[in-house]
Amino acid sequence: MARRDYSRIRRRVWLERALKVLVVIAVAVVPAVPIWLMYAGLVAQAFSSRVTLGIVPVGFTLRNWRFLWSEISMGLKRYPSIWPMFANSLYLALGTALIVSLVAGMAGYALSRMEFPGRSKMMQFILALHAFPSVVLLIALFILLNKLGLYGKGFLTLTGVMVIEAALQIPMGAWIMKGFFDSIPWDVEWAALVDGCSRFTAWRKVILPLVLPGFAAVALFAFLAGWAEFILVFTFITDQQWYPISVYIYNLIGEFKYVDWGLLAAASLFYAIPTIVFFALSQKLLLRIYVGGVKGVR
Amino acid sequence: MVRVKLDRVSKYFGRVRAVDNVSLEVMDGEFVTLLGPSGCGKTTMLLMIAGIYKPTKGRIYFDDEDVTDIPPKDRNVGMVFQSYALYPHMTVYENIAFPLRIKKLPKSEIDRKVREAAKLLKIDHLLDRKPGQLSGGQQQRVALARALVKEPDVLLLDEPLSNLDALLRVYMRAELKRLQKELKITTIYVTHDQVEAMSMSDRIVVMNEGKVQQIGTPDEVYRNPSNIFVASFIGTPPMNLIRCTYDESRNVLKCPNFEYELPSAWREALSSRTSDELVLGVRPEDIEIGVESPNAKARVLVVEPLGKDVVVTLALDEETSIKAVARAGTQLPTGEVTGLRIPLEKVHVFDGKSGRALI
Ligand SMILES: Nc1ncnc2c1ncn2[C@@H]1O[C@H](COP(=O)(O)OP(=O)(O)OP(=O)(O)O)[C@@H](O)[C@H]1O
Ligand SMILES: [Mg+2]
Repeated sequence: MARRDYSRIRRRVWLERALKVLVVIAVAVVPAVPIWLMYAGLVAQAFSSRVTLGIVPVGFTLRNWRFLWSEISMGLKRYPSIWPMFANSLYLALGTALIVSLVAGMAGYALSRMEFPGRSKMMQFILALHAFPSVVLLIALFILLNKLGLYGKGFLTLTGVMVIEAALQIPMGAWIMKGFFDSIPWDVEWAALVDGCSRFTAWRKVILPLVLPGFAAVALFAFLAGWAEFILVFTFITDQQWYPISVYIYNLIGEFKYVDWGLLAAASLFYAIPTIVFFALSQKLLLRIYVGGVKGVR
Repeated sequence: MVRVKLDRVSKYFGRVRAVDNVSLEVMDGEFVTLLGPSGCGKTTMLLMIAGIYKPTKGRIYFDDEDVTDIPPKDRNVGMVFQSYALYPHMTVYENIAFPLRIKKLPKSEIDRKVREAAKLLKIDHLLDRKPGQLSGGQQQRVALARALVKEPDVLLLDEPLSNLDALLRVYMRAELKRLQKELKITTIYVTHDQVEAMSMSDRIVVMNEGKVQQIGTPDEVYRNPSNIFVASFIGTPPMNLIRCTYDESRNVLKCPNFEYELPSAWREALSSRTSDELVLGVRPEDIEIGVESPNAKARVLVVEPLGKDVVVTLALDEETSIKAVARAGTQLPTGEVTGLRIPLEKVHVFDGKSGRALI
C-alpha cells in the first residue's frame, strides 16, 4: 500500500476551510453591511439637530422625538398625538397574530393528524392561496367591505382589516404548523394517552409544548404582517382617528415638499421598536426545538 | 392484575391484515410473550390491547368487562413503546412522574415512587437530563420506569430490552421477571429474541403474518412445534427440515440419499396427510454423529466451533445439507463421510403442503 501524502491532504483541508469562511463572509456579512449602515444612519439622524448633505448628522437633540409628547403641525396640516395610532397598530398586529395562531394551529393539527378525503388536494390549494398578494384583492375586498357595511366605519373597519390580514396569513401559518405537528411521532402522543391523558390533555401537556416554536414563528410573522400593513388600511379607513402608524409615517413624507428628515427618522425608529421587542420575546421560543427521546429521531 | 382476553380479534389496514382472527387469553399475573418475525403484527396487538387501535373485528375483555370501546386512559395499562416514545421536552424525572401527575397523586408520593423506580432501573443519576442527552439503552430504561411507576394492571412491553448491552440485558431480564412475579402484573411482552422468550415467559405465542401459529409453554413450543413455521423459528441453530416422500406400502420415508423407517404405530397419524410429500424434522442437537449403525451417511462440509459445542454442516446429497451439534473436540476432518443416527423418539414429521405437524 502506498503511503498517503498527508501534508498535501492537510493543505487541501486548510484551503477548503478558508474557502468556506470566504463564502460565509460573501453571503452573510457583505449584504448585511449596507443594512447596518442604514440603521446606524437612522439612529444617528433621529438624535441629531441638523443633517448636512442629506446624510451626515450634526449635533445632538431630542427635538425630533417631540411627536411622542405633543401634536405636530407642519405646513397646513396638523398631526394629532401618535399614541392612539400606536394603539391602533398594536391592536391590528396583535389581533392578527392571535387569530392566525389559533386558526393555523388547529388547521395544522388537522392537516397533519387527521385522515379526511381530499386532504392533499386541500394542502395544494392552501399553498396556491398564499400566492395572491393583498393588492390584487383590493377591489374585491373593497366591494366586500362595502356590502358588509364595514367601509369607513372606524374601529369596525380596522377590525375588518385585521380579519382580512389574518385570512391572508393563515394559509402559510397552517402550512408551517403542519410541519411542526408532523415532526411529533404518533408514539409520543399515544404514550400520553396510555399514561392517562385524554385526547385534549395529551394535546395540551405533550403536543403543545413541542410545537410552541412553531406557534412563535407563525405569531411573529403574523404580527409583522399586521404591524407593517399599509395598503389595506390606507384604502379602507377614512377616519384619521383610526389610522395605524404606517399611515402616519406615510403622511410625514407624502404631505409636503418639505420633509423633516430628523422627525421622519425618529418616527421610523419608533415604528421599529415593537417589532424588535416582539422578536426578542419570541426568539427564545423559536430556538427551543426539541430532539431525541424517540428511536430513529435524534 | 386482570385477565386479558382477545376474542377473534382482527386489525386490517386497508388491504393489509396486520392481525388476523387472533384469540388469546392471558391469565391474571401471567407473563406471555409474543414472538414472531418483523411485521407479523406484534406491535399492532399491543396497541389494540392498550386501546390505541380499535380492532376491525372481535372484542377485547379485561376480566369479564368488554373494554373494546374504552379509551386508553381508563384501562390502566403501562406500555413501553418500541420507539421508547419519551417526552422530549421533559426531564427524565418529569417523564417518569408524568403518569402519576396525571393521576394527581400527592407530590411527596410521586417523588418517592419516581426515585424508587429510577433506582431499580439504575437511572437515578440521570434524573435531571432531557431524553435527547441519553443513550439508547438509558432511554429504554426511562421508558420502562415510566411504564412501571404507575403500577398498571396490564404491562405491555414492546421489545423493552433490545438496546441494552449483554450484561445489562441479563440483569434487566431477571429484575423484570422478579418484579412481575412480585407485583403479579399481567404482562404481555414482545420480542424477536427467542432466548429472551424462552427464559422469561410462562407461555409463548408464536405469530406469523398476523396469525397465531402456536400458543404454549416454552417447553411445549420447543418440543412439540405445531407446524413447520414454529419448528424453524424456535431454536438455534434451527431444526433441520428434510423434504422426503412417503412410501405407504413399506411405511418408510424416502429422503435424499437415505430411507427412514417409521414404526407401524404412526400409520394412522400419517393418514391425515394431504399428499405423500412429507418433511422430516430433527433438531441439530438430537443428531448423533459417527455412530456404528447409522440411519444415513453424510459428508462433512464445515465445522464451526461455538465454545462448548461445535456446529457441523453436513451434505446429504448435492442439494440438501443439514446441521448437527457435537461436543467440542470431536474429530471431523472436512470432506470425510460419516454416519448419522436420527433417533426415532426425537423426530417430527410435517405435512409438506400444509406445514402441519403430523407426528
Ligand atoms: N398504520 C399502519 N398502516 C398500514 N399498515 C400498517 C400500519 N401499522 C402496521 N402496519 C402493517 O401491519 C403489519 C404488522 O405491523 P406491526 O408493527 O404490528 O409488526 P411487528 O410485529 O410489531 O413488527 P416488528 O417486529 O418489526 O416491530 C405490517 O405489515 C405493517 O406494515
Ligand atoms: Mg413492532
